[in-house]
Amino acid sequence: MNFYLTYLLVATLLFAFTAIFALVALYAERKVSAFIQDRLGPMETGKFGLLQPFADILKMLHKEFIIPSAADKVLFTLAPIIIYVAVYMGFATLPWAPGVVPVSLNLGVFYIFAILSVETVGILMAGWGSNNKYALLGSMRSVAQIVSYEIPAGVSVIAAVMISQSLDLQEVSAEQGILAAHPIKFLGIWTVNHTGGILAWNIFQAPHLIVAFVIYFIASLAECNRAPFDIPEAESELVAGFHVEYSGIRFAFFFLAEYSMMFLVSMIAALLFLGGWNTPLPNIGPARLADWTTGTAWGICWIVMKAIILVGTQIWIRWTLPRLRVDQLMNLCWKILTPVAFACMLISGIWRLAVM
Amino acid sequence: MVGKIFAGFRTSWKGLSLTLRHLFAAGESRKVVGIKSANYFDQKNGIATIQYPHQKLPVPEVGRYQLDVEMDDCIVCDLCAKICPVDCIEIESIKATEAIGQTSDGTTKRLYAAKFDIDMAKCMYCGLCTVVCPTECIVMTDQYDKTVTNMNDLIYQFSDMTAEEAHEKREALEKQQAERQAAKAAALKKGQA
Repeated sequence: MNFYLTYLLVATLLFAFTAIFALVALYAERKVSAFIQDRLGPMETGKFGLLQPFADILKMLHKEFIIPSAADKVLFTLAPIIIYVAVYMGFATLPWAPGVVPVSLNLGVFYIFAILSVETVGILMAGWGSNNKYALLGSMRSVAQIVSYEIPAGVSVIAAVMISQSLDLQEVSAEQGILAAHPIKFLGIWTVNHTGGILAWNIFQAPHLIVAFVIYFIASLAECNRAPFDIPEAESELVAGFHVEYSGIRFAFFFLAEYSMMFLVSMIAALLFLGGWNTPLPNIGPARLADWTTGTAWGICWIVMKAIILVGTQIWIRWTLPRLRVDQLMNLCWKILTPVAFACMLISGIWRLAVM
Repeated sequence: MVGKIFAGFRTSWKGLSLTLRHLFAAGESRKVVGIKSANYFDQKNGIATIQYPHQKLPVPEVGRYQLDVEMDDCIVCDLCAKICPVDCIEIESIKATEAIGQTSDGTTKRLYAAKFDIDMAKCMYCGLCTVVCPTECIVMTDQYDKTVTNMNDLIYQFSDMTAEEAHEKREALEKQQAERQAAKAAALKKGQA
């Protein structure tokens, strides 16, 4: 019985986290975009507009569910739930701190990529079910984009996993700091099992993973449908893309899914490349910074900080770079990212055999 | 291809550093100064937003904003209504039985304005009415913020006569005209006889 209660509690905590994160990110996105454009952003709702996301969500809750008469009612109703649930379930295998993980799967990375692909189905359902040409165009673009970008993302993740030798994200994290069970080397030369910190992160254990990290980050932008890869919801071309017909709480679910997805992919990037819940501070002689800053609370703190920095970068990029055209998008994916990701994977193999 | 990749990163970084500079410049705001200020164009960094109802840009006193009519100076000549390109001025005049008084520039007033309505929703702020006005009683002011919840509130009524007064004047005029008519008819009859 307690077993199930724990599961429910964890699930509720994760849901609460995604919901609160979405509200904070919504506010941050508005403020960052405003500051970048020399504006002030929301200022009237509460001090500095702090209550703006709550006002937004209240507005959404008050709105009527409108199902277009020509829409496929079942697909239309289910789509936002499937999209959100797919992202939400991805959180199941993500470790937050040493020993703190909802479920420790030895197939963690594989599971996440499998469950995130379900989101594509939800997007296609939303577009098809709306029976609207813009929605359908948007969802087709989205599917084409996500399916394409999963290849460089997946291959660059494999490059990292080959260095860590595990698909369990908890183990991948543990292998990047002072808690590592196996010998780990900074740049393949200097054993840093007792030094830890930033030196033990995957991108510094094997420097070609910096390239893999950049590829993964670019691909993850595309998977979140974030600018500059936001052609599925290109406002100037497709009104709002696949969610053009949605209103009220269902529209809010799309938002929730988008921001949860942003956090999820950032957290995966942090776990695979940036040391997971490990501290960036190394042990320097008697100053045992890494020992002092490793623990449950510290772990949660570090992973959330790393993920939030990456989310901030995503927001920053969104308000800087213009949208890519469809052909440019596919060019970038198939002609640049995919070959380079394969090269990274190859180097990972050689690194594993020759250096480690 | 390698060159292209590096060019992509270089140009992206250029844009990203530009937006980052703006992001960090957001700590300060530009001061709200009028166009007359000598350093109006010197403020280049920081937030450009003017939080309108709380902050207002100073405007010249002789701005070309909403119309105002000084009814004491109006001789109800109807020129403004005639010149108005969008017909937003509506005037109804009643002839007075005698000279009513004088405007501040010495013109004699001979007409009552029973109605002097300006529909600000129609007004296009061309200022033609202020040019043709012989007594300069219709002017443009520096007032521009007139937000109303009812469209009819944008029809400004400048006439200071009540309906009863207008009715009274109209009857007086009718009476005078009837008397004149009678006098004329009497004179005509006399001539014939």
